[in-house]
Amino acid sequence: MSGSDDAVLELRAVHRTHGSGPAAVHALRGVSLVVRPGELVAVMGPSGSGKSTLLALAGGLDRPTGGEVRVEGQPLGALDRRGLAQLRRRRIGYIFQQLNLLGSLSAVENVALPLELDGTSGRRARALAMAALTEVGLPALGDRFPDQLSGGQQQRVAIARALVGERRLVLADEPTGALDSQTGEAVLHLLRRRIDAGAAGVLVTHEARHAGWADRVVFLRDGVLVDTTAPLGSVEQLLSGSDR
Amino acid sequence: MSIRHGLLALLERGQMYGYQLRAAFEESTGSTWPLNIGQVYTTLSRLERDGLVRPLPESEAGQRPYEITDAGRADLALWFATPISRTDRPRDELAIKLALALTTPGVDVRSVVQAQRSATIRALQELTRLKYGSNRPEDLPWRLVLDSMVFQAEAEVRWLDHCETSLVRHRPSAPAPPGDADARDAARWAGEEARR
Repeated sequence: MSGSDDAVLELRAVHRTHGSGPAAVHALRGVSLVVRPGELVAVMGPSGSGKSTLLALAGGLDRPTGGEVRVEGQPLGALDRRGLAQLRRRRIGYIFQQLNLLGSLSAVENVALPLELDGTSGRRARALAMAALTEVGLPALGDRFPDQLSGGQQQRVAIARALVGERRLVLADEPTGALDSQTGEAVLHLLRRRIDAGAAGVLVTHEARHAGWADRVVFLRDGVLVDTTAPLGSVEQLLSGSDR
Repeated sequence: MSIRHGLLALLERGQMYGYQLRAAFEESTGSTWPLNIGQVYTTLSRLERDGLVRPLPESEAGQRPYEITDAGRADLALWFATPISRTDRPRDELAIKLALALTTPGVDVRSVVQAQRSATIRALQELTRLKYGSNRPEDLPWRLVLDSMVFQAEAEVRWLDHCETSLVRHRPSAPAPPGDADARDAARWAGEEARR
């Protein structure tokens, strides 16, 4: 795991223990992971294996009890609350199964919110939010409220919010939720496109079909990374079959 | 299947010679089913023997096109109308392998499961990448073939997950040799699962 200079996300021997003594639960036990620009890493593992904990630590939503998490080279442990909040607003996008859209705000206002909280002027935030909504295929629905949108459209708004502005790290936890398979696929397509444009991503999923969108799949078991898929060849190699 | 019915379906579009059939076959399966020219000619001669296709006069370039016969059309229509029986498919080597792994001393079944899962998910990554690169409307037949392979791979992974869970809950006590690390692991696992 050396040569991680260009890593967008780096976990170094990360531990996360809840509680102490005999009742302690070791959610993660020495996990190391590097995710570079243009790379989507899927994390798979049974329930309780530590997938969501890993994602929360990567996004600065939780702090490790051992080891270090870095985002774009910045150790999160060195940041105070405010610095961490700023990094989360500016550089990290989250896509969760629960969309957490605010019902009293329109789609474009929901997307613009993190930018405005960060001091971007209202007009510019709105322009960037419209660009993000266009990227996810909803250019005309910006003024609708969440309850006027279908489930798939709401999920797209949540993705636009995760991608708006200069986000370099996108973290997704079962992002297709209860969407039907076509809509779910469209969501992953959008995520993949953003990664191909230079972001880095971590996708937590229990569905193998979704993990198929990743460049690399790692397997967690009892808080330990136990396996990873071999790197993929080029599409030309795949088509010629020389890779098998 | 049935390269046989594949070729009949292609000839239903119009007469073709061997190399054209091979190219069309690979195009419609997105090269996921490579065919060599020998297989094409062997199949054509069997189809001819059975009266399902007939050869036409050779072209000036020395290529002999084939066309489908009425009997061939009837055979093809029957094929499309008949569901494929699951018992006609090859036996699942993986299921047999895992069943044997469970009862063979010294085999780390969890490693067998994980190695297969990792390989199958890698195949899924490859299939997804191929799909991602094909968005033209005329790619639809190929995308559907890829989708079929995606869903089969996904089912395999789900089954492997199921095997792993079953393994943890109902580890057979039988032939584990003393000091078997896998058995110890499984016991520890089972304990933790029970506490959750």
